[in-house]
Amino acid sequence: MSNKEVDRSKRRFLIAATTAVGGVAAAGVAVPFIGSMLPSERAKAAGAPIELDVSKIEPGMMVSAEWQGKPVWVVHRSKEMLDALSKNDANLADPASEVPQQPDYCKNPTRSIKPEYLVAIGICTHLGCSPTYRPEVGAADLGADWTGGFFCPCHGSRFDLAARVFKGVPAPTNLVIPKHTYLSDSRLLIGDDSKGA
Amino acid sequence: MTKQLEKLVGWIDDRFPLTSTWKAHLSEYYAPKNFNFWYFFGSLALLVLVIQIVTGIFLVMNYKPDAAIAFASVEYIMRDVPFGWMIRYMHSTGASAFFVVVYLHMMRGLMYGSYRKPRELIWIFGMCIYLALMAEAFMGYLLPWGQMSYWGAQVIVNLFSAVPFIGEELSLWIRGDFVISDATLNRFFAFHVIAVPLVLLGLVVAHLVALHEVGSNNPDGVEIKKHKDPVTHIPLDGIPFHPYYTVKDIAGVVVFLMVFSAIVFFAPSMGGYFLEDNNFIPADPLKTPLHIAPVWYFTPFYAILRAVPPMFGSQFPGVIAMGVAVVVLFFLPWLDRGRVKSIRYRGVIYKVWLTLFIISFVGLGWLGIQPATPLYTLLARILTGVYFAFFFLMPWYTKIDKTKPEPERVTG
Repeated sequence: MSNKEVDRSKRRFLIAATTAVGGVAAAGVAVPFIGSMLPSERAKAAGAPIELDVSKIEPGMMVSAEWQGKPVWVVHRSKEMLDALSKNDANLADPASEVPQQPDYCKNPTRSIKPEYLVAIGICTHLGCSPTYRPEVGAADLGADWTGGFFCPCHGSRFDLAARVFKGVPAPTNLVIPKHTYLSDSRLLIGDDSKGA
Repeated sequence: MTKQLEKLVGWIDDRFPLTSTWKAHLSEYYAPKNFNFWYFFGSLALLVLVIQIVTGIFLVMNYKPDAAIAFASVEYIMRDVPFGWMIRYMHSTGASAFFVVVYLHMMRGLMYGSYRKPRELIWIFGMCIYLALMAEAFMGYLLPWGQMSYWGAQVIVNLFSAVPFIGEELSLWIRGDFVISDATLNRFFAFHVIAVPLVLLGLVVAHLVALHEVGSNNPDGVEIKKHKDPVTHIPLDGIPFHPYYTVKDIAGVVVFLMVFSAIVFFAPSMGGYFLEDNNFIPADPLKTPLHIAPVWYFTPFYAILRAVPPMFGSQFPGVIAMGVAVVVLFFLPWLDRGRVKSIRYRGVIYKVWLTLFIISFVGLGWLGIQPATPLYTLLARILTGVYFAFFFLMPWYTKIDKTKPEPERVTG
């Protein structure tokens, strides 16, 4: 082969092919490194679904469970509480739960499977603080028209007893309703809805 | 003796560009002769970088990046390790000092048009340094694992989950868990002590190489390379960096270290601004502190984030505004259409706008520390508007501004 004539098109092709293959290889090598930053098996196991017996919650009371390291609230709403839910509709930012902050089976006025039990993730949709449960109607610090709900001490966001956000507060959306299902009448499974009763 | 030394240097020079590097960057790097005190902050930033790296190395010798014992290991450094308290206070004060110095350094660039042609790349490298510095400071703040560390990181990482479509996955990937946890602490530690410092050092080298390629700007904003000695080709208004500016900078270093030491020894928490009170409580994932505020150097951007109301049921617009507030600085060289570089020869319009910008930046910084009341939110919205107007109206107002003629040579 002579050195005099350089086949430029072949050279360009080889450069392009080497670059392309090298680029694919680089992208491939990046996979394990980027992948290693995803939640580990241990973290995922700690985030596995949890079970809760709701029959032990008195009407009007709330229990807080930990799932994926986050507080999950289960509130047993009394009949008065349920009746009061519709009174706030005009003051809510998203009364019909249009924003998908809940599974489809909870896109209803009570945002729950069973009307009396609210299951919600207790993390404010503003900046991740945990609001406090304030069931008392007309609480002095929250105003006479307060019908019970949740109040975030960080930036003053307010939610009703269906975890729906009020208008004019920093939080943009309703609180998240996690996937959940009832394994029996009283056994609640939080974090999974594929093996429901 | 001298002869032997000369021989040694000659031996090295045949194998490594020692003398030529010394000349190119120090003894024969000609800087304008009219630098004023604003020109201290570049070399001071370099000094703070060295302080942070050295104190950081010694802190890592005793710090444990484990959520169960991180807080206790910091207390151990403070109480039991000999001089541990001093090294840690140097590091925490150094973080704030870094931002003080860098903000003043950037202010100098704004005043004298140091970002203008042909120094656009110096400015861009500098902005990259600023971004790396913010990442470094943010991740370092998680390490003591106090309440503010934890909830500050929670709030900032949650900003990423506001990104449409991929947000949730993205923030999960950043945390490596469903909440800020041990996994997050470990990776922030890795980034804070290895990854970001390496990037930072590389960027600093690029910043200086680009600077020494085009030469320094000066308070008059005129190019000293336009008037060179016909025989030596040395700029007539230039003086060698060493010994003239090395000696001048030592004076700046002395004053800086006096202030720095006073803070380290007498006010290391700076009344809650350098080290926040809540951070002396161990992190508690189930209890949010009543008032979350970032450290002072992030508060202008935090105020912008809070000033933008949620739109379409999403926090994203606020996050975008905060991002744009930083990124817009990259475009400064092309936004500025003024005929002159230095504020000395700018017209009244630019001076007014620059003053408004400083007021908005400082004002937003103050508002970012305060709780969000309706009045403060309104103020933050107005100042956010001023902040962005400074940049977005710049092509227009710098063009119509009545400038004064620039001198041919530097003055004073």
